[in-house]
Amino acid sequence: MNPTVEGLKATFGDAIGRAGVARDGLSVVVVRADRLRDVLRWLKDTPGQAYTYLVDITAVEYRDRERPLELVYQLRAMGRKTDLRVKVELDPQGELAVDSVTPLWAGANWLEREVYDMFGVVFAGHPDLRRILMWETYAEGYPLRKDFPLRGRFSRAEQVHQALNTNPEANYSLEELSIAEAYDGLPADMRERLRRGERGRVPESE
Amino acid sequence: MSKRTLELDVATPGVDAHGDPVRVPLGVSEGTPEPDIGGEHLLINLGPQHPATHGVLRLVVELDGETVVRVIPHLGYLHSGFEKLGEYRHYNQIIPLTDRTDYLSPMANNVALALAVEKLMGITITPRCTVLRVIACEMSRIISHMVWLGTTAIDLGAFTPFLWAFQERERIYNLQEMWTGARLTTSLTRVGGMMADIPDGFVEGLRHFIATYPKTLGEIDRILTRNAIWAGRTQGIGVLTADEAINYSLSGPMLRASGVPWDMRKDQPYLDYETYDFEVPVGEHGDVYDRYLVRLEECYQSNRILAQALDRLPDGPINVADPRVILPPKSRAMSDMEAMIFHFKQVMEGVKTPVGEAYVGVENPKGELGYYFVSDGTAKPVRWRIRPPAFINLGAISKMAEGHLLSDLIAINASIDIVMGEVDR
Repeated sequence: MNPTVEGLKATFGDAIGRAGVARDGLSVVVVRADRLRDVLRWLKDTPGQAYTYLVDITAVEYRDRERPLELVYQLRAMGRKTDLRVKVELDPQGELAVDSVTPLWAGANWLEREVYDMFGVVFAGHPDLRRILMWETYAEGYPLRKDFPLRGRFSRAEQVHQALNTNPEANYSLEELSIAEAYDGLPADMRERLRRGERGRVPESE
Repeated sequence: MSKRTLELDVATPGVDAHGDPVRVPLGVSEGTPEPDIGGEHLLINLGPQHPATHGVLRLVVELDGETVVRVIPHLGYLHSGFEKLGEYRHYNQIIPLTDRTDYLSPMANNVALALAVEKLMGITITPRCTVLRVIACEMSRIISHMVWLGTTAIDLGAFTPFLWAFQERERIYNLQEMWTGARLTTSLTRVGGMMADIPDGFVEGLRHFIATYPKTLGEIDRILTRNAIWAGRTQGIGVLTADEAINYSLSGPMLRASGVPWDMRKDQPYLDYETYDFEVPVGEHGDVYDRYLVRLEECYQSNRILAQALDRLPDGPINVADPRVILPPKSRAMSDMEAMIFHFKQVMEGVKTPVGEAYVGVENPKGELGYYFVSDGTAKPVRWRIRPPAFINLGAISKMAEGHLLSDLIAINASIDIVMGEVDR
């Protein structure tokens, strides 16, 4: 067991859940969702820990519906050549939300966007939480969730129908639209989101 | 690797008003060369179908004159849902999927996948298999770096190195085809072993390649490294400091060019890499030029590793003697009842892994490729996560490109060494 786990328990008390060693020899420690960013900041900035390198962020949903959805953060202390896996458990039926770690690691930006895209986990405080691999108007849900069928939610006919009827302007992200003259060609719901100031800026002409 | 005195030498001949030759220094100018004349920003759409985006990457670029203000990458045009597909397949059936992620180094991906499943199951592979996998990984590195070198040179206007690099790649591809029967979709490994042992004549062919390959590298080195145009187009472009590179989770040559001496082969060794004698090249400026130098030197080092691997290649089986993971020989499966049952169970049910999870990171040509498996005890993974080095490295493109010229964006994009099959998965 990685000695860091003891340090975490001493510092954060009951915010640290069960810990163990995975089959690859890495220590895995489960952290309460509301303390995640504090824990990761402590791991990154405490001199004796110095987990400065974020290897990966991903999520795991089990086939067993009773089990929580896990967010997995793999960290690395490059000086000591040690990895540590930090997990957060979320209730898949409830609200999937957790603090973003982009303030700590710039590299978390795209990794969190991918988890949002594939699992629907919302990262609070993320500067640009948009879909990244699927397109922005993708309406079938979150592909890597276990209740998502392999071939997608919609029928093939519906998928083709939607593809043929796509507004090409919808491929621009909201942020670009603040400088492009494509605002009027947007679908109504995207215009509405822009108007609410959800992301990007509404063009001056509005 | 201190070749930076070069900037002083770099010059191009010209003629002044009297017809006398003058030498105009090239190189990177400091400060802002153009005054702010005001005006509309221009939005340019680069890709998805553009030769300089190395696949189907789309970059929406906001320009102020010719200076890049913002870069907004759009991904997903090649998204194939490999991770989802993997949840519906046996572990050995996932191997063909790995061919198609980073399709410039399929053999290294196959090796990584086999290593991950073996770690999950706790299997120790045979000595011959270990060495053969090292050969596969280093061959892949040479292929990938040659493609990178050639295409990057073309992006910056140098056509000749492209032809040389692709000729070398072709020679490795011939060896790879000899071994696996395929040039691209190799599916070389199996859980617990290899799909095939190397054929007759392979060792001699590879030895011939090892002996002659450095000559081509030397030629590429001569035509590019001290080339005024090449240096002018790459030095000081897309600079990332060591802290920034770590903060962006970069890996592989991108990380090492910024001066971080991290190589999975040295620092978290797998496949007995710690017993090979090779150096890890590290840059110091973190610009496009250093990334070129690092990759070029890695080709020499891969060549060294290949030579050592051939020297130590032991005889013996390539597969572990475990009928639960490795198919029994066909002759036994047809004559022996027990062997036939194992054969049937493996084909129909697949290799079963114990409950648990395992992450294996390997040093792929693009960076740290990680495969993370979560198993619930069945023959199909609950979750197969690819830690895609090209995807994560590409995440820093906005940071690197902003403030540079549009033509430098092409150099920066090329220096990341992306392959869209892996970025989009």
